[in-house]
Amino acid sequence: MDNPLWLIPALPLAGFLILAFGGSHLSKKMIAAAGAGSVCLSALITIMIGTKLLSAGPDGGTYSQTLWTWIDVAGFNAKITLTLDALSLVFVFVITFIGALIHIYSAGFMEGDKDYSRFFACMNLFVFSMLVLVLADNLLLMYLGWEGVGLCSYLLIGFWYENPANGYAARKAFTITRIGDTAMAIGLFMVFYQSGTLVVADITAKAPELWQQNETVVTVIALLLLAGGVGKSAQLPLQTWLPDAMAGPSPVSALIHAATMVTAGVYLIARMHVIFELSVVAQSVVAIIGAATLLIAGFTALTQYDIKRVLAYSTMSQIGYMFLALGVGAWTAAVFHFMVHAFFKALLFLAAGAIIESLHHEHNMFRMGGLKDKMPVVFWTFLIGAASLAAVPLISSGFYSKDQILWYAWGAGGGSPLLWAVALLGALITAAYTTRMMILTFWGESKTHIGHHPGKRMTIPLIVLAFFSLVAGFIELPHNFGHFTLFSDLMHKVLPETILRTNVSSEWMFQLLAALATFGGIFLGYFYYGQQPQRIENLRQNEMLAGLRRFWFSGWGFDQLYDVILVKPFVFITRINKADVVDKLYTGIVSVTHALYRLLSRTQSGSLRWYIMGMVIGAIVILGIQMML
Amino acid sequence: MMLALLIVILMAGGLTALLAGKWNKSFPRWIALISSTAGFLILLLFWIDQHQVVQVSSDQNWLVQYQKDWILSFGITFHLAIDGLSLLLLVLTFFMGILAVLCSWEEIRERTGFYYFNLLWILAGVAGVFMAMDLFLFYFFWEVMLIPMYFLIGIWGSENRVYAAYKFFIFTQASGLLMFLAILGLYFIHGNNTGVYTFSYVELTGTVIPSQVAIWLMMGFMVAFAVKLPVVPFHTWLPDAHGEAPTAGSLILAGLLLKTGAYGMLRFVIPLFPEAARQVAVPAMVLGVAGIVYGALLAYSQTDLKRLVAFTSVSHMGFVLMGIFAFNELALQGVVMQIVTHAISTGALFILAGMIKERLHTRDMNLMGGLWTQMPRLGTIGMVFAMASLGLPGLGSFIAEFLILLGAFHAHFWITVVAASGLIFSAVYSLRIVQKIFLGPEKGAGHIPDFSRREMVIMAALTVSIVWLGLYPQPVINTAKPAVVRLVQLLQPDSDIKSEQSYVR
Repeated sequence: MDNPLWLIPALPLAGFLILAFGGSHLSKKMIAAAGAGSVCLSALITIMIGTKLLSAGPDGGTYSQTLWTWIDVAGFNAKITLTLDALSLVFVFVITFIGALIHIYSAGFMEGDKDYSRFFACMNLFVFSMLVLVLADNLLLMYLGWEGVGLCSYLLIGFWYENPANGYAARKAFTITRIGDTAMAIGLFMVFYQSGTLVVADITAKAPELWQQNETVVTVIALLLLAGGVGKSAQLPLQTWLPDAMAGPSPVSALIHAATMVTAGVYLIARMHVIFELSVVAQSVVAIIGAATLLIAGFTALTQYDIKRVLAYSTMSQIGYMFLALGVGAWTAAVFHFMVHAFFKALLFLAAGAIIESLHHEHNMFRMGGLKDKMPVVFWTFLIGAASLAAVPLISSGFYSKDQILWYAWGAGGGSPLLWAVALLGALITAAYTTRMMILTFWGESKTHIGHHPGKRMTIPLIVLAFFSLVAGFIELPHNFGHFTLFSDLMHKVLPETILRTNVSSEWMFQLLAALATFGGIFLGYFYYGQQPQRIENLRQNEMLAGLRRFWFSGWGFDQLYDVILVKPFVFITRINKADVVDKLYTGIVSVTHALYRLLSRTQSGSLRWYIMGMVIGAIVILGIQMML
Repeated sequence: MMLALLIVILMAGGLTALLAGKWNKSFPRWIALISSTAGFLILLLFWIDQHQVVQVSSDQNWLVQYQKDWILSFGITFHLAIDGLSLLLLVLTFFMGILAVLCSWEEIRERTGFYYFNLLWILAGVAGVFMAMDLFLFYFFWEVMLIPMYFLIGIWGSENRVYAAYKFFIFTQASGLLMFLAILGLYFIHGNNTGVYTFSYVELTGTVIPSQVAIWLMMGFMVAFAVKLPVVPFHTWLPDAHGEAPTAGSLILAGLLLKTGAYGMLRFVIPLFPEAARQVAVPAMVLGVAGIVYGALLAYSQTDLKRLVAFTSVSHMGFVLMGIFAFNELALQGVVMQIVTHAISTGALFILAGMIKERLHTRDMNLMGGLWTQMPRLGTIGMVFAMASLGLPGLGSFIAEFLILLGAFHAHFWITVVAASGLIFSAVYSLRIVQKIFLGPEKGAGHIPDFSRREMVIMAALTVSIVWLGLYPQPVINTAKPAVVRLVQLLQPDSDIKSEQSYVR
């Protein structure tokens, strides 16, 4: 155990165990110390190991540590082995570092809750599972983390369990992601029977010899893995759980449903990139799913009232960008956007949580307003996060990561003008709904009285995250200015370089268009919500537009569709068969026997006439049969 | 000698409990606890002692045997023997036995002597079934576990107990008779072939049977085991029996009696009729999948907690049937794991149902809700075992279902794909259990106590077991390995003894 790698997941696990077994005996201070402290320590160790890996890493750039053999049956061998390379380092860093900040924030945010220790226990278990997911060296161990984060997500969405609606949202999230997970499990079976191993490094090494380009089996495997990723990352068609998942406390939304868990799909696809590279079909499907999701989610975000639902749809849409990047083969761009997005979206969720908390649990943006001067720290940090989300050129990190994706959507090997156009339209919409959210929340007149202001434990994480949302973009600058490629150089140890199509024109034009899209979106938002709000009222009067708005508001009718084609039939079938139709067979035998018994016992009437009649009829029947033969 | 001793401990303990019950009401439970714990410790020490030695050999894999003549004129001997598979099941039997005694501790107040007599004799019957190497003796033990269970349900069950006890008895007895006919058929065919009339398992395994006849004889065995397992459509006795039985009765039904069906298939159906078993493999796997899906659908709609858990058993046992007839080492190891983990996880759910019933006096989930607030510990444990039931990685059930699906995938692609949908359905019904009982607004007023110390011990033992099996299942896998490898060899005579099967294309 000379390598402290195992400590990174072990510390949150220890925190979970302490809180789960002794939580009821600890004071709130001790609970916060155990819960937040364990993750902070993990973050420190990550930074320590990470620096060592980057400065004086071993050959191949990977730390690996086997703890014990998990399953060993008949040639199937899965070990509990942790592996840290550049890709998992980025994820581990985001999980522990942002995780630590969110834990500190939670210590203040959840102060008044009676289930303080249960909250931290679940959060620690989540961090542990998520770390296992990204550190796993084989797909089965990754699956353990994968299901583990699903469990924690379920527990935390339904954290305030007295309200049945929260329970419903939690079950919905678990069930829908489980559909994807099951497809993924079948994908694992196929990988195992094809390659004889589930160890990622071995699969990566063997893949080029095992499969030919575009072989059917590779496409099937890639699509099955994608199904798992689509479920966890809330992409079409398994996206409907994420908006409802906002029922959980805001730190949960920030950590699980924005920064880390929902990007597990991105991690999975990036990790298994060899398989996706072997199938053009699967790659295109990834890109198309990403593009469709980013657009649909973007339009939906434009119509929401609930600030957390706006952010949820925005998360969905931003992960759509990451999928788009993965699909066109811009692997590093996807991971870069993941990291930047984790910073600014966690920030936005935490700031939104602070607002909601201060306004007596008011989620509706139309009843907020005027918070600009009353909550300055929240306002400024939220503004920085929003600028990143809207990708304001040059100053925000979101610009650097999103601009890269826009450019590759056209220019990379798998890119096309159509994908680029969708992404560009998406950028416009993003800027528009972000501006709408800013204006409704912070400008205008105040509509709800502020209860209490957030304390230091809540504002400091906001400030730290705001700082990173500003500077995180500068570690990767575009080729045409700065050409600083720290991040992609790091990533290229693990991920392949992005191949550009041959006939692409210069990059600056695309950057200009991206910037224009952002400003256009900001202008639209400002025009309709800031400058001339009566125009929105006019638009609302229009019958056709109102229908469209309702359609968008409902998330494009997916919930209703699934309700009709899946949920209702399932409930109907189970309800009518509650008493088990097979049992009717056996009770039927019993009834028939019973009926026969009664019929025959009636013949024994004791009446001589009936007996003689019986004999005569019997004789006639026998004679009749004889004559016939 | 040890094997006979195990049976003697239980049977003698039962008789003593019966007599002591006339004297004092609380003596029998102590006697039952002592005898089941004694047996458990003997086996545990034996296992720890043996588990280094358990290795794959080409010979029979008996770890220990015991043989005495019984009725020589018919070729019946009192022959007990165990290999790794039976050892695991015996450990499980005594473990469940201890828990059954502990969870009856307060629940049973009427006729305690007779109650613990029945309980111990069921255990004796089950233990005998797992050890008997003589088909007549096997059938004898098969009946020994049936009749006390009939009394257990019929006397100490809840409202509808008489109906449930009858149903249980008729289903098992009728199918048991078919098995007895098949045993006799095998006995006479072997006698005709060789001139030696014997019920000995070892002798009979080599019998040459015309394939037409073999199918019918196998069906005789199969029906008995299929009813026990249970296989759809023979499952309808199970919800009634589970629903009405006292807690310990449900625990033993789910934990042990169902497993005798799976054991029977592994020990008798495949070794005695390998060729015939191969012929029915695909239909059997289809029935297994039907059980997985159908059981899950039924489980979802139930409002009676114990009936719900009973139907989840139908679903989980579908995995067992599918795994057995997938005929490869991965799936069979999965089956062994499933036998063990299902006993633990479903047993735990039945015990929880019993604890809830003691507190709320109902099994109707519509009358429950929000129990977490008053009973956070019970809620947490309930959550753990609901998760085990839906196959969460890290808990034992996942290993079992994963290995079964992985093995079955090799045997039949589409059947496995449908079976995998069971993972989704199990999530749906498991989460419904949690929601209906523990979450939501609190229903009903009044103070409800959380776990007592005795209940804590029971649940701690079960929780530790399920987590251990989920994270470090290798001891179980290694112990079962020789038996499993032998089965694979019987089915695929050309496969290598070391069985490092190569699946890679």
